[in-house]
Amino acid sequence: MSTDIRISRTSNAAKVAAVLGALIVVILIAAPYWAGRADLRLMGEIFLYLALASLWNLLAGYAGLVSVGQQAYVGFGGYMLFALTIFSGLPPLVAIALAGLLGALISIPVAALIFRLRGAYFAIGTWVMAEVFRLVFAQVSALGGGSGTSLPTDIVRSMADGRSAREALSYWLALGAALIVVTAVYLLLRSRKGLALTAIRDNELASASLGIDIWRTKFFVYVVTSGLTAIVGALIFLQKLRISPDAAFSVNDWTAFVIFIVVIGGIGTIEGPIIGTIVFFLLRETLADLGTIYLMVLGLVAIVVMLKAPQGVWGFIRHRFDLQLFPLGYRVERSKDS
Amino acid sequence: MDFVNALVQGTLLGGLYALFAAGLSLIFGVMRLVNIAHGDLIVLAAYLGLTTTVALGVHPLVALIVVVPAMAGIGYVLQRAVLNHTLGDDILPPLLVTFGLSVIIQNALLEGYSADPQKMDAGALETASVALGPLSLGVLPLLTFAIAVAVIAGLQWCFYRTPLGRAFRATSDNQDIAQLMGLNKRHVFGLAMALALAVTAVAGILLGIRTSFDPSVGGGRLIFGFEAVIIGGLGNLWGTLVGGVILGVAQTVGATINPGWQLLAGHIAFLVILAVRPNGLFPRISA
Repeated sequence: MSTDIRISRTSNAAKVAAVLGALIVVILIAAPYWAGRADLRLMGEIFLYLALASLWNLLAGYAGLVSVGQQAYVGFGGYMLFALTIFSGLPPLVAIALAGLLGALISIPVAALIFRLRGAYFAIGTWVMAEVFRLVFAQVSALGGGSGTSLPTDIVRSMADGRSAREALSYWLALGAALIVVTAVYLLLRSRKGLALTAIRDNELASASLGIDIWRTKFFVYVVTSGLTAIVGALIFLQKLRISPDAAFSVNDWTAFVIFIVVIGGIGTIEGPIIGTIVFFLLRETLADLGTIYLMVLGLVAIVVMLKAPQGVWGFIRHRFDLQLFPLGYRVERSKDS
Repeated sequence: MDFVNALVQGTLLGGLYALFAAGLSLIFGVMRLVNIAHGDLIVLAAYLGLTTTVALGVHPLVALIVVVPAMAGIGYVLQRAVLNHTLGDDILPPLLVTFGLSVIIQNALLEGYSADPQKMDAGALETASVALGPLSLGVLPLLTFAIAVAVIAGLQWCFYRTPLGRAFRATSDNQDIAQLMGLNKRHVFGLAMALALAVTAVAGILLGIRTSFDPSVGGGRLIFGFEAVIIGGLGNLWGTLVGGVILGVAQTVGATINPGWQLLAGHIAFLVILAVRPNGLFPRISA
């Protein structure tokens, strides 16, 4: 009897999850045909939050870049959508893609500056950057200055015929953004760069001594995340149809809640942001009537999770059942043939 | 003349920013903790001051007698009950927990005091001024600056001349050895946070006399304080005062050019200094 050892990158649980996931995606794609208008809108919002959370998780959970200033790119993307469609007459879909590109471009000089700050000071530095973005856009009177502006109706109408078709398109864009972001994060982490990132996360000194260029790897992740965040931002304000500096660059809406989602779900895992988003919206839909109390409960839950179960909900499940739905690592298995 | 006036007013404003920053600088120096809720704690102090003045009918500066010990007590309890559990090599727990605290304080204030802007009434002090040649200096900004200098001098003295300061410095240098020497680091950290929030109480009252405030303004105060700390250099209290002054001057000069540029000019001054001197002007410790 010979025991062969083989290396596997997948597991039965992952295969089952993939099939189930594909099924759920098909059902979700068909949502405009079975869901009501309000549900569709809510689900669109959920997907956009999922995308934001996955991106922040990549940034903080894998690259160790704990940013509290991602609202800079959410707002930037939103404003670019408005500026490009209103001033250049570009179709909204083109403007959304361009907003992502511009978001990535502008993040390059930003990174060059704030990467000089370490740890927690990096975090607040990103917040300062977001404030600079907010104040600059508040100065642009053509975009409504401090009070903001609405997307002109002819641009909104140019997207699709009729309100329901437009809402369906907006929903599919949100779903598409979430799928693309989660897939991109998954593929990135499975790649060579992902291995480098995981090594940096686990031990910066050791990974540097193995020849990983830490600065460049983090820089790459920061720029990619910023560009994708800008696209999500453009989609958020395509849904809202109205933008103002305070809404676009809100630290609570686009960063605090996103961080709570990731931490409650489980930071440093792909599954975490998905679980966290579901928990966040369950809490919100059940406690929303309580207003400010709901936000206090949310803050409290996040604190308790961080202190008592820093690995979050998914970390707990993974630890307990050795489960991984998005297989990233390599497993050594003994094949049973004799 | 406008320019000289802006310089002087900005310098005095810098005193307030240095007070925002001093508590931040102190706790970072002692336990490497960056408190995201710092700005909200300043606003909380302002509201406590407001309640005290209204309930007891006293002048806001007299309310300090109540608010300073109250904030110090909150600081000690907060540190012992919550923040001590977040300290370690990972920066995420303190950041996230203080972020959560920030959201909780903001919404608790919103629940208790509503979103309406409030202001403390300091009577004649608000409008009194003294003439200095062609310049007219407000008594309140002068007083604020003097208090800032006194507070920083006091903290400096406490740090380098008292047993408590020795305990702070020892724990900052090496927590484990400080423990072996008979210091309880949890208690020392609690005292550091109490001292930091006592300073925050002073900052909050002066903020509340100077301008109107509402529960949402904490984030902005945190950023000003943070910028003052970084400009001055980490761990250097007098540097923090200089940082506050640079920030204040940049803001008032920006405002004289265009009122919309006030805050932007301050942030740009910060970013320029970050680009040229990443460790600030007078760094004592590295982050």
